[in-house]
Amino acid sequence: MSMNTVGRPTRPEAPNDSEAGFTSLSGGRGLLQDEPLIFELGGWTKTGVDLPDAVAADGALAGLTRDEPIGLPGLSEPEAVRHYVRLSQKNHAIDLALYPLGSCTMKHNPRLNEKMARLPGLSDIHPLQPQSTVQGAIELMDRLAHWLKTLTGMPAVALSPKAGAHGELCGLLAIRAAHEAAGNGHRKTVLAPTSAHGTNPATAAFCGYTVVEIAQTDDGRVDLADLEAKLGDHVAAIMVTNPNTCGLFERDVVEIARLTHAAGAYFYCDGANFNAIVGRVRPGDLGVDAMHINLHKTFSTPHGGGGPGAGPVVLSEALAPFAPTPWVVHDENGYKLVEEAEGVAAQAFGRMSAFHGQMGMYVRAYAYMLSHGADGLKQVAEDAVLNANYIKARLSDLMSPAFPEGPCMHEALFDDAWLEGTGVTTLDFAKAMIDEGFHPMTMYFPLVVHGAMLIEPTETESKAELDRFVDALRLLAESAKAGAVERFKNAPHLAPLKRLDETLAARKPKLKWKPVAPAPLAAE
Amino acid sequence: MRFTKDHEWVAVEGDVATVGITAYAAEQLGDVVFVEVPEVGKTVAQGDGLAVVESVKAASDVYAPVSGEVVEANAELGDAPETVNALPESGGWFAKLKLSNPAEVDALMDRDAYEAFLATL
Repeated sequence: MSMNTVGRPTRPEAPNDSEAGFTSLSGGRGLLQDEPLIFELGGWTKTGVDLPDAVAADGALAGLTRDEPIGLPGLSEPEAVRHYVRLSQKNHAIDLALYPLGSCTMKHNPRLNEKMARLPGLSDIHPLQPQSTVQGAIELMDRLAHWLKTLTGMPAVALSPKAGAHGELCGLLAIRAAHEAAGNGHRKTVLAPTSAHGTNPATAAFCGYTVVEIAQTDDGRVDLADLEAKLGDHVAAIMVTNPNTCGLFERDVVEIARLTHAAGAYFYCDGANFNAIVGRVRPGDLGVDAMHINLHKTFSTPHGGGGPGAGPVVLSEALAPFAPTPWVVHDENGYKLVEEAEGVAAQAFGRMSAFHGQMGMYVRAYAYMLSHGADGLKQVAEDAVLNANYIKARLSDLMSPAFPEGPCMHEALFDDAWLEGTGVTTLDFAKAMIDEGFHPMTMYFPLVVHGAMLIEPTETESKAELDRFVDALRLLAESAKAGAVERFKNAPHLAPLKRLDETLAARKPKLKWKPVAPAPLAAE
Repeated sequence: MRFTKDHEWVAVEGDVATVGITAYAAEQLGDVVFVEVPEVGKTVAQGDGLAVVESVKAASDVYAPVSGEVVEANAELGDAPETVNALPESGGWFAKLKLSNPAEVDALMDRDAYEAFLATL
């Protein structure tokens, strides 16, 4: 029998169960290359595009003509493509795995949304086109507005804010305008609970308000007595998140609204966690005056580096007259964006953006609404809550839930009491999750819980994926309790970059890459 | 040395009070990365914002524990904020105030009272 004796070996020479201590010669790792900055990759002397020579400026720049190289990197198309794909391989994305950042609602971005957003009639249009040529797009905005108003039980919506915090700004500007119109401009205080998102006090301060904290009860909710004591003729609004950042429903929300209104103040609800109650609870029924809705959370549009946010704000009857332009009206002649603050819009406080907001996100959110329907959206909230409670239930014997009593809403919150004496911190534990292939949860937020670990699985994860996640966390937790501190102290060990020295980065930041020695322009 | 419930300390020499934050506060803040000290000549009332201290974890106001006029500020903290962690109750001082109401000092806690207060936190 003739045999090929020069074939390549098909088995490892020796058992290969450890990469400890092994480093490559070039800094590459497996098939992942070490990636320099784009400025280090491409010099200004080369370019990947062939542009015609520039027309002489003829002195039109009045002596401001550049005579130094601009220093932009020149790369060929494959070099540029590879640079960004390599960077993306070193990063995490919702398309790679579960992304359990609490309060961020990193849910799957359905491909149907993307398909709809790419329809030429919706993607190849421009805000300055005559409105008669984009009637379908404006109608879509009107229908989206209808869904948002219906789901929240509120009479008006401002679509244009471009993110959650931008929505907060819109809501507080409407509140300020309403107070000023009623001669209540002296109200200069905004109340917010200690567990609030940092954007709440930041927004209030930006609007010229002084922020006063409302205490929290031991079971993680607004302290009604403290709220009542702090309300008064000086208070313009309260800002409360519901469900709150501890993942708990504010059971007394109706009473909170009643007390607030009795004091002549408005109730701003931070709607970042609307995904936990959509289809089940209408904030309008709770007495809310204004609430932003993160389309990029509740309604599945991309975010976290994947796409712009969108934060429409629903408004109560009292605030509706002050809504910013533009908004959509329609009659027998079709759809129209009201742009000018006159007539019915005379009290509009202004506008939040140059045009009408994030059209691409409107399409995606509307596609999500239509594909789920009202019953499907209700199930979104139910499954989000069910998944979070599953995680809480499966980890509560090893880790310490911050609020063990009763179920949570859409996120499971643990404190670091269970790590006491192990030498492992919340930060160490979170970084070790990276070695296990999972993005860390939100950590050290909310501030009211010591060493907080806030896990939000969202409704889009299957039980199998939740089990994989929980199993990994259980192994880590057991390892921490067994004293394997080394596994945690310098984690991540297997990531492209190791633990950062955040203190050094803050004390001695390098904010700008500087070229080694730029060469002068070659004489022609 | 006298202390406040907001974890500032005051050391008085003559009519000038040196102000800083306590070792407990420095420990709680974590690594301090930025300090903003007041301008000399600024007048503050007790409880006013006097300085800002920023750590990796949080940015916090430092309140004036007593009323007075800023006569000196610790400019070295600008380049070396880590001094607040290393020497919170000596070299990491923030500012010196010329007292306008020395009686305020007596009303602050002494070391024993402050330690007892910390034990309740």
